[in-house]
Amino acid sequence: MTVQQSDLKLDGNAIAGLLREIFTMEMTTAEGTCAGCHKVHAVGQVEVYMNAPGVVVRCPACGNVQMRIVKGGGRYWLDLSGIRSLQFSAESG
Amino acid sequence: MRWQFGTVHELVRETPRVSSLVLDAADWSGHLAGQHVDVRLTADDGYQTERSYSIGSAPEAMRLEITVERLDDGEVSPYLVGEVRPGDKIEFRGPIGGYFVWKASDDRPLLLVAGGSGVVPLMAMIRHRAALRSMTPTRLLYSSRSEEDIIYRAELERLSALGDGLTVAHTLTRSRPPGWSGYTRRIDRAMLEEVAWPKVQNPIIFVCGPTPLVEGVARNLVDAGFDAASIKTERFGPTGG
Repeated sequence: MTVQQSDLKLDGNAIAGLLREIFTMEMTTAEGTCAGCHKVHAVGQVEVYMNAPGVVVRCPACGNVQMRIVKGGGRYWLDLSGIRSLQFSAESG
Repeated sequence: MRWQFGTVHELVRETPRVSSLVLDAADWSGHLAGQHVDVRLTADDGYQTERSYSIGSAPEAMRLEITVERLDDGEVSPYLVGEVRPGDKIEFRGPIGGYFVWKASDDRPLLLVAGGSGVVPLMAMIRHRAALRSMTPTRLLYSSRSEEDIIYRAELERLSALGDGLTVAHTLTRSRPPGWSGYTRRIDRAMLEEVAWPKVQNPIIFVCGPTPLVEGVARNLVDAGFDAASIKTERFGPTGG
């Protein structure tokens, strides 16, 4: 079977469980500001690629890599350099 | 959010490749329509793998139900659809997600667009609406490969015959039975404009299915003038196996 790139592209809903482990909050309703284009998207809207060794999150507007998350060996490795800020409800979760 | 074991209470064969698992969960705080659970399998050697599956049951239902499509090269779904038996224990955590959810208190007209097993979280919304006797005008446009691949077909027929504001339009993309009166092509802009609410009614729209379908539908809806902010999408792909 030929797997096309588009088949491997998901969205932020697919990493809701992983983000919940890290942030202990429901994060798909969080709003992230892209460090590349400064547009704001809900985490549920962002593009997610799960075929890499970890998870790569890209901005749906400009394609900038917003987050990279790798989990393994009992540790998380989190690169958030592509996201300028994250805003979310203190009540969620 | 901790992992827990649920006991398979019942298996429902929805189509040749899709089954629903009805679970008894000791510690379940309830869910919102559109949320999912993560299921984790552990092999004898300790290898673990997780997949996400949408919840199909209404928040009001007695038991939690997930609906799973078997992907032949998948790691988890061939076990859940084919090997699991009533009484078996399944490890899961949830409910998960909050972006792709609908509450019956939202009184905007509801447009649901599904491809294949993308209908599952939308069915939770339809069942939620029915459980509360909501009259929210609701339209489902549902794309399947063939008639036998239509998930929840009998229940959708029954609910749409109630005359409470739910209508269901099917399209079959590969094969159709003789006398089929529904659509016979992939969802396109013309089909969406026939089925969708007029944009002046400001519907809330949920689209779920394989990535190419979701992106095509969302693009067509925006091109047709619908407010991008009222379109919520959820993509799934082969990593769901």
